Amino acid sequence: MKITVSATGNTMDSQIDQRFGRAAAFVFVETDTMDFEAIDNAAAASSGGAGIAAAQLVADKDVKAVITGNVGPNAMNVLNAANIGIYKVGALTVKENVELFKKGELERISKTVPAHFGMGNK
Amino acid sequence: MKIAVLSGKGGTGKTTVSASLAYALQSSQYIDCDVEEPNGALFLKPLIKHFAPVNVRVPKVDEEKCDGCGICSRICRFNAIAVVKGKVLIFPEICHHCAACVIGCQQNAIFEVERSIGVIEADAKGRFMQGRLNIGEPITLPIIKQLKQSLRSDIPVILDCSPGASCTVVQTIEGCDYCILVTEPTPFGLHDLKIAVSLVRKMGLPFGIVINKAMQEDQTIQTYCGQHNIDILMEIPYKREIAESYSKAMLPVHTSEDWKYKFVQMYDRIKGGRVS
Repeated sequence: MKITVSATGNTMDSQIDQRFGRAAAFVFVETDTMDFEAIDNAAAASSGGAGIAAAQLVADKDVKAVITGNVGPNAMNVLNAANIGIYKVGALTVKENVELFKKGELERISKTVPAHFGMGNK
Repeated sequence: MKIAVLSGKGGTGKTTVSASLAYALQSSQYIDCDVEEPNGALFLKPLIKHFAPVNVRVPKVDEEKCDGCGICSRICRFNAIAVVKGKVLIFPEICHHCAACVIGCQQNAIFEVERSIGVIEADAKGRFMQGRLNIGEPITLPIIKQLKQSLRSDIPVILDCSPGASCTVVQTIEGCDYCILVTEPTPFGLHDLKIAVSLVRKMGLPFGIVINKAMQEDQTIQTYCGQHNIDILMEIPYKREIAESYSKAMLPVHTSEDWKYKFVQMYDRIKGGRVS
């Protein structure tokens, strides 16, 4: 199964980024093989609609789940429409989170944070 | 003559200065362009007679024609459209109404619908006007654009800007004949004044400064203006009486002929071009 983790860097050992729309990067991981690919999140610097663009990016990659910290209302709408599960980060690095996800130990999120929550925050 | 009143920092006294000027002049038009929180009406007490909605055009999808290709999402500079599983999701409040999606759609599946984002209110003669953005809306420019279509050319026009020095302020001061920059002797006041000064200089607009809450013991603004060859138009002293009457929506010009005269004099000075 292909999933993605919002991250501050582009490796399996990178730290997670709490922000979804304005995450620095997304690390896409094939859970069976642990093969991964990282993509910089171009939406991180946009003046508006970052969550929508980030959700479009991960939906285009056909992932089944997103592991992240906080998701805003617009991003949540897109992820729900794409039928992508959203899971709250439970550890510091990308790899640890994927391991926890495989064991079914991450909490599923259905609540959003307010719009613009990730703007200017790190 | 069109005079814009801006400040950079919020709360320095833009509305105090612009409403005082509009009140002091025998005949003038006051336009509140601070559409997120217009408050000039508190002081000028107009009788609002006219209401005009401000509408923008946002995209809508004809699902019969749409093939879910996703071009509209990729074309949108403002991330207002997502296409997932062949379904188009539009976020109208983020849309900047550029219609690129309409032009880009190969199936002609996108059309535009009107959407109201605010209202323009005016008194009977249009001598007082204000824009009001609906709560929750992020984009103010269409309201300011529409307000500026009603500027009078036969009497002085005073435009009260929003705080800051971003798009809304640029939109308001563009095409004006003169800018009054209102500031206060605080580190924030000076910091944001410098930003406002660089904006009006970049736009090539003549300007001068009003120091509000001026204090004898703090001459930082005067020093800055001296160093940069900037005219000081007026100083409004830091006084408890002024603050107290302000809290009752009263301006110095309401009760004092002397203050009224000072504002008229300032206008004459600006109009006569006796300021840089």
